[in-house]
Amino acid sequence: MKTLLIAECREGRFLDTNYELFGFAEKLGAESAMVLVGRQDDLPAFSGKLYLADAAKYGEYNPDLHKKLILAAVEQEKPDYIVFGHTSYGWDLAPRVAAALKAPQLSEVVGVADGAFELPSCNMKMRRTVKPNGAPAVLTLQGGAFPVLKPGGTPQVQPLEAAGESGVNFLGYEPAVAKDVNLTKAEVIVSAGRGIGKPENVPTIAALAKALGGELGASRPVVDGGWVDHAHQVGTTGQTVNPKLYIACGISGAIQHLAGMKKSGFIVAINKDKDAPIGEVADVLVVADVMQFVPALTAKLAK
Amino acid sequence: MKILVCIKQVPDMESRFKPDSAGGWYSDTDLAFRMNEYDEYAVEQAVQLKEQLGGEPEVVVLSVGPDRVVEALKKALAMGCDRAVQVQDPAAHLKDPWQIASAIAGYAKGENFDLIFTGLQSQDRGSAQVGVTLAEILGFSSVTTIVGFEYADGTATVRRELEGGLKARVQLKTPALVTCQLGLNVPRYPTLPNIMKAKKKEILTLPMADLLHEEARSATVSFYPPPKRSGGIVLEGDVALQVDQLLDILRDKTTVLR
Ligand SMILES: Cc1cc2nc3c(=O)[nH]c(=O)nc-3n(C[C@H](O)[C@H](O)[C@H](O)COP(=O)(O)OP(=O)(O)OC[C@H]3O[C@@H](n4cnc5c(N)ncnc54)[C@H](O)[C@@H]3O)c2cc1C
Repeated sequence: MKTLLIAECREGRFLDTNYELFGFAEKLGAESAMVLVGRQDDLPAFSGKLYLADAAKYGEYNPDLHKKLILAAVEQEKPDYIVFGHTSYGWDLAPRVAAALKAPQLSEVVGVADGAFELPSCNMKMRRTVKPNGAPAVLTLQGGAFPVLKPGGTPQVQPLEAAGESGVNFLGYEPAVAKDVNLTKAEVIVSAGRGIGKPENVPTIAALAKALGGELGASRPVVDGGWVDHAHQVGTTGQTVNPKLYIACGISGAIQHLAGMKKSGFIVAINKDKDAPIGEVADVLVVADVMQFVPALTAKLAK
Repeated sequence: MKILVCIKQVPDMESRFKPDSAGGWYSDTDLAFRMNEYDEYAVEQAVQLKEQLGGEPEVVVLSVGPDRVVEALKKALAMGCDRAVQVQDPAAHLKDPWQIASAIAGYAKGENFDLIFTGLQSQDRGSAQVGVTLAEILGFSSVTTIVGFEYADGTATVRRELEGGLKARVQLKTPALVTCQLGLNVPRYPTLPNIMKAKKKEILTLPMADLLHEEARSATVSFYPPPKRSGGIVLEGDVALQVDQLLDILRDKTTVLR
């Protein structure tokens, strides 16, 4: 069995998360080759075949040409599986490759099951086992679902070229806005989620954070709604934190939130839904109305 | 100018999900359905663009599914879309993303849309495939995960969100498709007058069989809750008691209260 692993280069760097693709290939017991639109001077530690295209020429985000580059590698490699990370790069590119190959695509794979794959659904409350009809199949892998594996060595580089026009024009990255809070240094973080109900309730959550000598964190809807500044957002598109204590208030536990806080030392979740997926990572799940429980806890701490 | 918005109706994610009798998806019974969260941003952006262009563009909203999806279409009409299309399929949950995209393309091909808005993904299945696949079938340029959108003279300039708060500025010419990420805009609540006005708007019903001529490329084997991790403590009951129990645990297991 053969996998073609599609690596990602961001702001000139080969991303460490690419090594999860090797972890997956090992789990499948497959041989692997890799495709990288990246830089000659930042190559993966792996001794197999690396199809390398120059990011200076093709850009880091240029889906039409990256698709063509990948298709050229697929033609040479004839893999059974073409494997991406389920990231902004992967979910953007994978359907384009699948459509061109008339291949099945399975998104956000979390497990391998005998020719079929396990995929999360319904905010991780449920799972599906899905079988691709035929090969090659295109897969994207959930971040963190497979172990980081650094095979080691130096790749045999095979240059990759493609020609053509692109309908999408990358103008540049926007620098991330400077943050006025540093959640990564906090020992305690108390985060507000949509379950707090309304912006007027944010101070109640902030008061608990203060009583514990910690910082206020937030899930994305609370930030998108303008209740709390983005500097407080925890998750894949916010900050990754590992405080000694993380308290999630009215947060369901979507994978993108968990990715930012699951390494915390001790996790408490307050949720009215006993089945909320946050329960999967919580050391303590308090099944309660967050706006009743949090003020009661803060009051007790003040005593 | 002609704009298409593709929306899905999904259950409330706070629900309890039970497999249906075929074992491949959830049973609809006892679930409350609403518009997929990502798609609300798609509808809002399409309506904002219509407003920006003085009301000239026609905005069509489409949903694939059983008759209950008409409720989601009505909401989109009340938000400001001009007319709706239901691709009627009581068995839509058995179709894979390739088939859903092919059916929508079957409708869109003859309609000469300039711009298509979809959500980044659905909340229940989360494949994030239908939008881009639709663009590929139609030969449209496409960009996923947009958190900013501007349009002028046949060119869309979008902000595309990457991990860690990084964003990319990207331009694409129509015909184009974009998939909308949470936070792109602030979706409006339909007002009562607009809900009334929406009642007069057209909802066209097209049978799935007329649009879909493609086989599935994947098959669901089973649908089940993930294995539960054991070990976490669950505190239920009286709030005052829960507070005391939690404080005892925190004193015992962490150093933050010392
Ligand atoms: C590409 C991408 C990137 C993303 N990045 C991030 C990110 O960085 N960070 C992030 O957080 N999200 C991110 N998201 C969004 C993520 O998928 C979820 O939508 C989000 O985390 C949900 O936030 P929430 O848990 O606060 O809200 P919901 O999912 O709506 O959950 C609310 C919870 O509150 C509970 N609740 C409701 N009322 C009460 C009450 N009175 N008392 C107690 N509990 C109550 C409910 O049971 C529910 O579990 C991203 C999504 C995508 C697609």
